Amino acid sequence: MNILVCVSRVPDTATRIIVGSDGKSIDKNGVKYIVNPYDEFALEEGLRLREKNGGSVTAITVGTDAATDVLRTALAMGVDKAILVKGDEPTDSYYVAYNIAKIAKEINPDLIILGRQSIDFDSFQLPSMLAEMLGMPSVSVVSALKIENGQVSAERDVEGGKETVACSLPCIISAQKGLNEPRYPKLPDIMKAKSKPIDTREAEKTEPKTSIIGMEIPSKARAGKVLEASDANIDEIVRLLKEEAKVI
Amino acid sequence: MKNILVYLESTNNNLKRVSTEIATAACKIANGAKVTGILINSNSDIAHQASKFGVSEVILAAAPKIELHSSTAVAQIIADTAKEIAADCIIFPANSIGLEVAPRIAIKLDAGYIADCIELAADGNNLIAKKPVYAGKAVVKIKCETPVKVLSLRPNVFVAAENPTNVEIKDKSFDLSDSDLSAKVTNIAKNEGKLDVLEADIVVSGGRGIKGPENYHLIENLAKTLGGAVGASRAVVDAGWRPHSEQVGQTGKTVSPALYVACGISGAIQHLAGMNASKYILAINKDKDAPIFKNCDYGLVGDLFDILPKLTEKIQKAKM
Repeated sequence: MNILVCVSRVPDTATRIIVGSDGKSIDKNGVKYIVNPYDEFALEEGLRLREKNGGSVTAITVGTDAATDVLRTALAMGVDKAILVKGDEPTDSYYVAYNIAKIAKEINPDLIILGRQSIDFDSFQLPSMLAEMLGMPSVSVVSALKIENGQVSAERDVEGGKETVACSLPCIISAQKGLNEPRYPKLPDIMKAKSKPIDTREAEKTEPKTSIIGMEIPSKARAGKVLEASDANIDEIVRLLKEEAKVI
Repeated sequence: MKNILVYLESTNNNLKRVSTEIATAACKIANGAKVTGILINSNSDIAHQASKFGVSEVILAAAPKIELHSSTAVAQIIADTAKEIAADCIIFPANSIGLEVAPRIAIKLDAGYIADCIELAADGNNLIAKKPVYAGKAVVKIKCETPVKVLSLRPNVFVAAENPTNVEIKDKSFDLSDSDLSAKVTNIAKNEGKLDVLEADIVVSGGRGIKGPENYHLIENLAKTLGGAVGASRAVVDAGWRPHSEQVGQTGKTVSPALYVACGISGAIQHLAGMNASKYILAINKDKDAPIFKNCDYGLVGDLFDILPKLTEKIQKAKM
């Protein structure tokens, strides 16, 4: 089975976001970047399917040279090949989907796996966009996956429960937490990954379909009425919940 | 914009609340544009309910081959309908169906798509939306650059307002091909009687301070008394005490209820990001220096094993 896993490079979840001088993107000073956490589930699932069924796993990312580091992590985890589609830093998902679809048409994967969302723009849109561009079925937010004789059965999280979705390969799956427990790359593999080749392609520019025109940090003034938990104070909180917040 | 198409859903023979929200939002940006709703495998009762929120035409799409749900088939039906009525704006809820289907519509219609919007502003053909990024640590303003626009709106953010109108109901049947049905739901397992953190007005979450899954009934009892859903911090989910469907935070769900109660949660930046859009926040923690107390409306400093039963009982009494 040939598997393509899309990875994205995002600020660490502990990052405090500060708006940059352009007023529409983050200040990158001192920001630590990581593999998008949901993409780790995608990589792990790809590796497990290869271990079970044979074939190969290719990791792909779209971005600047800086994105090489997430491909090195993917190589250290055990993917066979890594592709950097090099171009401007992505500002719209269409550009990313378009460039990945182009490579996918060339390498014809049986399965494409992504994280359910990239934790920077939180748009959940790449899996379905890519599927539509490639004419494939897709299942998003998958927490359990079974593939037998080219038939896919995927469990996905929906409001208040789970759905089971059936489709056939080739298809696209987006990974949810719980799908598996991602492996930690071992030190020798991290060292080896440093010298592995990265197939670098030029990204094709696309007309922007959406543009970011501003960014702000939401600030909500909170009353911050913090009390010692005496009986009288618990009564006071109940009163506030009833009279001020009006939730009782 | 001239024609707005909204994707409507029903549950237990009622129009979903999120559908009333997006219908209201559509009317607000319409400025003379016609607001049409589409309901798949539904009935005219629901269409009449939609008319109370300003929807003046409802297309009742009949597609029995879908059975439970099919994202690929729903995408085909909506794209065909959008073309037929020359829709220049198609609005979805940012829920499990909308987030999966909307990007397909954007590709089918060569449209720009803005996901998970929390604010909309339209001026003639221009549309600008605000959406949270970095799990709510920041908000971006995005302009849609294409003639046809696709949006998904975050549930629980847009306030539904009644705006009754006459409605024209059109029945339309869709004969779907096998390729339209290439992804098909074969089973739905509902957590009976359990509210989802994304849909609830009140969320009560537990953190490491709850000490073990055997104590979670304290959280559940408070949630039940308030009529809310049960949530959890990442630490609790990673420890295997609660399912990940309950996780609130940057690698879980981003919630915006009327009240969020954080019990034994210190308030790591990833958790705060997932709940800071809540209207009111009540924090309960034994450490008075916990970061959660700098990000709450109300706080109780003390032992949650002592506070939660008392608080639950007092709320119970206050309801009577």
